[in-house]
Amino acid sequence: MSSSDRGAPTELDEHGRAVMDARDVSRALSRIAHEILERNRGATDLVLLGLPTRGVPLARRIAQRIEAVEGAPVATGSLDVTLYRDDLRRQPTRGVHHTEVPPGGVDGKVVVLVDDVLFSGRTVRAALDALADLGRPAAVRLAVLVDRGHRELPIRADHVGKNLPSALAERVGCRLEETDGRDEVLIG
Amino acid sequence: MRKHLLEVDDLTPDDVDTLFATAAEMHDVQRRAVKKLPALRGRTVINLFFEDSTRTRSSFEIAGKWLSADTINITGKGSSASKGESLRDTVLTIAAMGVDALVVRHGASGAARRISEWVDASVINAGDGTHEHPTQALLDAYTLTRRLGELGDRHVVLVGDLTHSRVFRSNVRLLRMLGARVTVVAPPTLMPSGVDAWSARDGFATSWDLDAVLPTADAVMMLRVQRERMTGGFFPTAREYTVGYGLTRDRLALLGDTVPVLHPGPMNRGLEIAADAADAAQSLVLDQVSAGVAVRMSVLYHLLAGETA
Repeated sequence: MSSSDRGAPTELDEHGRAVMDARDVSRALSRIAHEILERNRGATDLVLLGLPTRGVPLARRIAQRIEAVEGAPVATGSLDVTLYRDDLRRQPTRGVHHTEVPPGGVDGKVVVLVDDVLFSGRTVRAALDALADLGRPAAVRLAVLVDRGHRELPIRADHVGKNLPSALAERVGCRLEETDGRDEVLIG
Repeated sequence: MRKHLLEVDDLTPDDVDTLFATAAEMHDVQRRAVKKLPALRGRTVINLFFEDSTRTRSSFEIAGKWLSADTINITGKGSSASKGESLRDTVLTIAAMGVDALVVRHGASGAARRISEWVDASVINAGDGTHEHPTQALLDAYTLTRRLGELGDRHVVLVGDLTHSRVFRSNVRLLRMLGARVTVVAPPTLMPSGVDAWSARDGFATSWDLDAVLPTADAVMMLRVQRERMTGGFFPTAREYTVGYGLTRDRLALLGDTVPVLHPGPMNRGLEIAADAADAAQSLVLDQVSAGVAVRMSVLYHLLAGETA
């Protein structure tokens, strides 16, 4: 799966091997939530922005876990990067997803970008550009459920659910309860 | 989506859904401090306007600029067209400079289609004679959808000079595509000839009696009466037109205070629309203008951002 294939990993249905099940996903998200809190020394000025499609429910879940620990709500939103992609001209025009900036904005906040699979890094590059047009955060961090390697840009994640060594030709897909009916990460 | 947008029939209902979803996201950009998206960086859009226009032209210009396209305006007056150059030569000259899209307004029906046959660029019809003005219909329907939700079975009433209105033609097509019930109202002299066959085919109703139609309206679109028609014998006096077909204060009362009122502009206050109606809380006139930029951004994006065929 190329980094730009952000749709459902349906091709993996027959051949895919599960590398994370629902409990693995849940544990990874709990750990990421704690890591974010530790790194940020609390939930003050924290904004979680999910990258559509699957980063959005992941950001919400991490926010719920942080809220459960800290007892205060965490600003959560979504950041669509379609209009900032570097491969727009290489494919038929794509539809855009919803961008939802929390009411407090991103100026001076610690923004954590959340995505399902980190691969080439091009999506994150686009997200950084999109974020710069929304304001000037104090810091930007990156949390991903799976890091499968093969970066094409100097980008790394701050919080990783699972490092998954993969061959370039392999496909890695993530399913989530909210979008696909169940939680799992597949490779094939 | 097709390469050109020349008339509403170039679009499928799915295309319209996609355009509206993108327009909603573009609409949010208008409220940002930085109103700039990089999607059309390096693309060139020429606004080629052979007829006067303020809002459509500036709306397309802003839409292109906010998407980072290079946008240039060429107006008929003062261009080589006024020195006797043929339309084809003017268009080919501009196209030879390497443009990606031409946004065309022309007084002749079918001009945009003709131009699309001459050039490689995408052509967007911004009004051709009395034929069509598809982006106006899109922004009207988008504005209505934001206010009313789905338009299926909603009763939309269009009132005004139907004979000379491209806005009316595009709007009826699009509203019918979206499932709305449509009634068009005009004095007999401004009802297009052959409208009966057309209304039977496209499934809309016609009426000469505005007061009879208004009580069942879910939305009212007032169309501009061009003052130059006054001398054409279409109606005796402006006063008489207003009494029969203007959205007066009394008719506004008949409508109730929640039914949205639209007007594509420019408005003739006191002629087809009273100031009370134009400035009422239910008037969506300025919403239409801001939606216009969002919808045109969406159209430019979908026609130009992807790989070129």
